[in-house]
Amino acid sequence: MDIAQPLDKIPASSSEPAAGKAINVKEGVDQDTPVPAKPVGNPFVDDPKMKLRDVEVFYGDEQAIHGISLDIGKNEVLSMIGPSGCGKSTFLRCLNRMNDTIDICRVKGSLHLEDQDLYDPKLDVVELRARVGMVFQKPNPFPKSIYDNVAYGPRIHGLANRRSDLDEIVETSLQKAGLWKEVKDRLHSPGTGLSGGQQQRLCIARTIAVSPEVILMDEPCSALDPIATAKIEELIAELSENFTIAIVTHSMQQAARVSNRTAYFHLGKLVEVNDTEKVFTNPDHKLTEAYITGRFG
Amino acid sequence: MNKTTEKVRQTLAKRYRSEKRFRAFGIASITLGLLALVILFTDIIGKGHSAFIEHRVTLEVSFDADVLQISDVNDADQVTYGNYIAAIRAAMSEQFPEVQNRSERKQLNGLISSSAEFELRDMLRADHSLLGQSRTVSLQLDDAADLFFKASPGKRDGVRVTDLQKSWLLTLEERDLVTSGFNQSLFTRGDSREPEQAGMLGAILGSLFTMMVTLVLSFPIGVAAAIYLEEFAPKNKFTDFIEVNINNLAAVPSIIFGLLGVSIFIGLFGMPRSIPLVGGIVLTLMTLPTIIISSRAAIKAVPPSIRQAAMGLGASNMQVVLHHVLPLALPGMLTGAIIGMAQALGETAPLLMIGMVAFIVELPAGPVDPATVLPVQIFLWAGSPEQAFVALTSAAIMVLLAFLITMNTIAVLLRKRLERRW
Repeated sequence: MDIAQPLDKIPASSSEPAAGKAINVKEGVDQDTPVPAKPVGNPFVDDPKMKLRDVEVFYGDEQAIHGISLDIGKNEVLSMIGPSGCGKSTFLRCLNRMNDTIDICRVKGSLHLEDQDLYDPKLDVVELRARVGMVFQKPNPFPKSIYDNVAYGPRIHGLANRRSDLDEIVETSLQKAGLWKEVKDRLHSPGTGLSGGQQQRLCIARTIAVSPEVILMDEPCSALDPIATAKIEELIAELSENFTIAIVTHSMQQAARVSNRTAYFHLGKLVEVNDTEKVFTNPDHKLTEAYITGRFG
Repeated sequence: MNKTTEKVRQTLAKRYRSEKRFRAFGIASITLGLLALVILFTDIIGKGHSAFIEHRVTLEVSFDADVLQISDVNDADQVTYGNYIAAIRAAMSEQFPEVQNRSERKQLNGLISSSAEFELRDMLRADHSLLGQSRTVSLQLDDAADLFFKASPGKRDGVRVTDLQKSWLLTLEERDLVTSGFNQSLFTRGDSREPEQAGMLGAILGSLFTMMVTLVLSFPIGVAAAIYLEEFAPKNKFTDFIEVNINNLAAVPSIIFGLLGVSIFIGLFGMPRSIPLVGGIVLTLMTLPTIIISSRAAIKAVPPSIRQAAMGLGASNMQVVLHHVLPLALPGMLTGAIIGMAQALGETAPLLMIGMVAFIVELPAGPVDPATVLPVQIFLWAGSPEQAFVALTSAAIMVLLAFLITMNTIAVLLRKRLERRW
């Protein structure tokens, strides 16, 4: 498990002004510019799907996330952007408690999925992860058949009692992930034999087969070529009709294309949350502006 | 010319020379190793191949009721205690009627193996109508006579037979009564003091039972320990301590495990000596660290992305392990187990301590019957004074090596077969 953010490539778009509008770049803004005590913009929405308050994450003695408060609205796509190591992946992993697997990781604050406290000791993490699914950076299909990959979640949760029910779940999930047409004749060949983009869509199909309420995506396209990326982005737009999606991305173009709201993270703090259009055309904070114009990456 | 290019050219020759030296050194090492192997194999096969062949003498034996002292062939006791030696002696003196002298007759009869009488007894047991008839029977020769025929004509002087015996054996050969064939008793009998009757089936069965006990105990325990330590155990000082000690256990000399077996299993628990069950338990203790260490390595090699994928879908810890980690780690675990078993199969020292070095003629029927194992059988035969045991020792080594090579081949094949790519 990568604790530190991988040193990813600088986004392709970083050298051009985003969204076509020239931005007046203020001089003297760099990585060390102080982050505002409270995030600017609108971190909170009415009737949120996930309500996260004062979230702090520690790796041993090191604090990775400093008091982040944020809402994720129903059926919205929230993208999280920020320079490498800013804590956006760490934050995302708190939302389905994937950080539990790291021994030295401690999470503080109040995190709720609707009325459910995520860190309630009585809550079974298995139940939580069935409600909050996750798609990872690198496509990671199981070394099993395509069918078994998608059917795995429903099987362990006992969502289908009969073979025909399971077949149906597999088919709908693959259809929703836009993969059905490509694989329907080879459902029983190994999932690892697909191309990178197909593998990632298989992973998305596998996630939605459990019918989660929220899908977390941790840089889902960073290992894919542009065409595969375009397909996934299209898919995200379709999925947002039924699911709430939180996506971490390094590509600002991607954030601009797929998300309704964008949150900008900086050094473990939340700087700005606004509607995506606003962030990319007229950001409220100079750090956000510096980042999206490629002053640092 | 650029200055850098000049420098590079100067050093280039030197670099290539050192590469060449390194290669030559590597090739020399491999050649040396292979040479040692070839010498070892040639020596063993050269000495041992003759043990797979035996010589028999074909005689006309009469199952005369008076000679055998059997009045009622249906009486099992009489058949068992019949005087078959007399019948064999009669057959031999038929071949050499000139031998009258008592000491000469003793020498003559010494040419036939003492197993011959039992062969006759078994024949009569199987077919009662033989009594009173005579049959052409091929009888096992004594080890010295057998060696005499195995030796090439030039080397026959080195065999320990008297001059008289030598002339009789040559006469038998001239009369075309000596046949050679596959030495069946090598694989159908237990140990014996008489080399021509000694077989390694007892040791093979003993090894088999011991290995069975070892496998049944060490594989599940080793895999369970590895999974627990890798997947479930909290990472703290105590588990570190356990880990260090498992590694220490792998380095403990095997004879110590034998001492432990004697004092705990035999002394404290009162288990019998010389049985494969105790041997298997002792070897389990010895094999466990190997299996645990290789299983943990196999579990560690499972990519974390697979684990995360399953966890992200809401699989419990146990489900992640059983559905994903274990199937992917199994080939590595099996390889480790087979290599551990191969080690255990060749192990001698701890088994000496628990008494599996006893001279046991009976074939063991199960893991609680006294038995010996192949390497110990080699040890026993190597220490026996009779000339023929030299060949038997090498033959047993060949059989043991064949088992080990088979096991290692299975390990390689299993790994190739089960290995999955991701």
